[in-house]
Amino acid sequence: MTSPGTSSAGRYQLTQLQALEAEAIFIIREVVAELERPVLLFSGGKDSIVMLRLAEKAFAPAPIPFPVMHVDTGHNFAEVLDLRDRRAAQLGLQLVVASVPDALERGLVTEPPDGTRNRIQTPVLLDALEKGGYTAVFGGARRDEDKARAKERIFSFRDDFGQWDPKNQRPELWGLYNGRIHPGESIRVFPLSNWTELDIWSYIAAEGIELPAIYFAHDREVFERNGMLFAVHEVCRPREGEEVFTARVRYRTVGDASLTAAVRSEADTVEKIVEEVATTRITERGATRGDDKFSESAMEDRKREGYF
Amino acid sequence: MSTHTSEPTEPVAGAPVAMQRDADLLRFATAGSVDDGKSTLIGRLLYDTKTVFEDQIESVERASRDRGDEYTNLALLTDGLRAEREQGITIDVAYRYFATPRRKFIIADTPGHIQYTRNMVTGASTADLALILVDARKGLVEQSRRHAFLATLLQVPHLVLAVNKMDLVDFSEEVFEGIRRDFASFATKLEVPDLTVIPVSALEGDNVVSRSSRTPWYDGPSLLHHLEHVHVASDRNLVDARFAVQYVIRPQSGRHLDYRGYAGQVSGGVLKPGDEVMVLPSGFTTRIASIETADGPVAEAFPPMSVTVRLEDELDVSRGDMICRPHNAPTPSQDIDAMVSWMDESSALVPGRKYAIKHTTRTARAVVKELQYRLDVNTLHRDESSTQLGLNEIGRIRLRTTTPLLADEYRRNRTTGGFVLIDEGTNRTVGAGMITAAE
Repeated sequence: MTSPGTSSAGRYQLTQLQALEAEAIFIIREVVAELERPVLLFSGGKDSIVMLRLAEKAFAPAPIPFPVMHVDTGHNFAEVLDLRDRRAAQLGLQLVVASVPDALERGLVTEPPDGTRNRIQTPVLLDALEKGGYTAVFGGARRDEDKARAKERIFSFRDDFGQWDPKNQRPELWGLYNGRIHPGESIRVFPLSNWTELDIWSYIAAEGIELPAIYFAHDREVFERNGMLFAVHEVCRPREGEEVFTARVRYRTVGDASLTAAVRSEADTVEKIVEEVATTRITERGATRGDDKFSESAMEDRKREGYF
Repeated sequence: MSTHTSEPTEPVAGAPVAMQRDADLLRFATAGSVDDGKSTLIGRLLYDTKTVFEDQIESVERASRDRGDEYTNLALLTDGLRAEREQGITIDVAYRYFATPRRKFIIADTPGHIQYTRNMVTGASTADLALILVDARKGLVEQSRRHAFLATLLQVPHLVLAVNKMDLVDFSEEVFEGIRRDFASFATKLEVPDLTVIPVSALEGDNVVSRSSRTPWYDGPSLLHHLEHVHVASDRNLVDARFAVQYVIRPQSGRHLDYRGYAGQVSGGVLKPGDEVMVLPSGFTTRIASIETADGPVAEAFPPMSVTVRLEDELDVSRGDMICRPHNAPTPSQDIDAMVSWMDESSALVPGRKYAIKHTTRTARAVVKELQYRLDVNTLHRDESSTQLGLNEIGRIRLRTTTPLLADEYRRNRTTGGFVLIDEGTNRTVGAGMITAAE
């Protein structure tokens, strides 16, 4: 970003994006200074790519002092996996893959009848965290995404089952974060808590960060289900009566390919996406995530089970 | 009464990208008592700045119909978790976001009842501005005074009193003036640095985003205009240089073999390369060789920048140390006087108990030597006979710490003057302190 102090926000005043960056870097450094064995959840999606950039900045010129982890549902977009692997290699990071297909094979989890794997990600994540002995887990979640997230702390205390208890949260004042835990407990850390979707895109634009191609408008074979556009994918086939057609689309979020919908868009550059996001009228999750549409409290319920 | 949400009064979102990028940040905390319309006001701000999305509006419209409301109930936009609805409780602070071309806003929305003090203290700790609501029909109530007191205790630099429900008092200037006078006279007992009083109707939108024609006698700004323009750049302490070392960066490899940098966030003053500095607690002096970021060196660093400071001399500097100026440094101190807000429901603060204390990037242990008084937040009466502080109580205490803290008075610097107490058994954050004296 442009250097602080000269911004149009005024002398000795940061722009809001600079202030968010400074806050996130402070939080990342606090975790490394105070907690043993942090790991960063990295899917190759836009929020986790921004997280990785901030982690890079927090310790430069030293390398990022923790590994990254991907909870791989096996339902992936190839472009996203490609960037995941490339970024990890560029930064010399250890990439831990917690694989849902492996967990299915081991019998740790059972495939739900509808074939979607969002819910069974949680035990796989918890298993991988326990095996690695990770006590602090960075996630890219933002408070503007959902009302359960709006009330979650930046340092989110989790019991030894990884569960979030909204009634048992630690007050967070000033920049003083309490990361103390007993054996078995852990802390999820959300340095992007105060960022909005527009901030993420503005930052990607300002930083010139590379993203998987599926975030940009392209022609794709899709079909409509529950008012959302799903790509024809090996794990997401049209059912009878669902007509396949080609549309100009992009992805606003990237998750499990069987659950993540595309949106109609002509935005094929970061600048156009920033403009689109600034004027869009539907929330990111409302537009694209089948998993949050199930109920009013879908996110709240999943977080209580140990989800991010 | 069906037009309340017809169309936003003035389009303010959807700003050109360039403007969005240059926006600065305002954090504000809202407080109000039950039924004074706080949720409606926040809903109104979100709605009129087009922050609310169509799917959220749809869900609120559906819920309003189900409840039998005769208008779209904007208060439902800030409706909470299922756990809260089921148990009829409000779980502390919710954070909400909206932006205009000029500013991005972070609202710390604190519920007005039950755990009010803990929540308001938490929300106010980082706020640039506190927004307090009163119902025009009721005027100032006990809670309004309490909220104003807490805002000043936390040294929130700007205070806004929104006199809401003006539509229910026929937009009466007399009613408004009466409340304004009452508050102003109460505020003389507090140190309110900057007070603005605005007549609004959150339900009907008067003076929220734009000036209302129904209050011709009011010549001040609309609430949003005030939030957008209130000057916050000079609120931070730019005089006393304070840089708490957070983390030592030592790559120990390749071309950075001898690199040693001190990472942290500036909490006061302006640091420049070449400045003579003192490192506490050792007291050694040296000069700043450079101030670096991942994007390259910078000519100066000020709050709240996260940077890496490199020093000319090799000193033994570690996390918890403080870089400041030789003639402007906190006195390392183990005896701390502070106002403390108690936040734990399962244990009380009692003299003699020991806690972990977290202050800047330093953690120590502390024993409560004395509880000087408990402060009644409604009457400001000091009860010197009290023997403990329970949840949501505030008192003045004296602490003795195991290692010296590098502290300032909270009124001079909210970052180097604030601390939290942690119960070493449960690991819970049990208290928040504002230092009044460190000797």
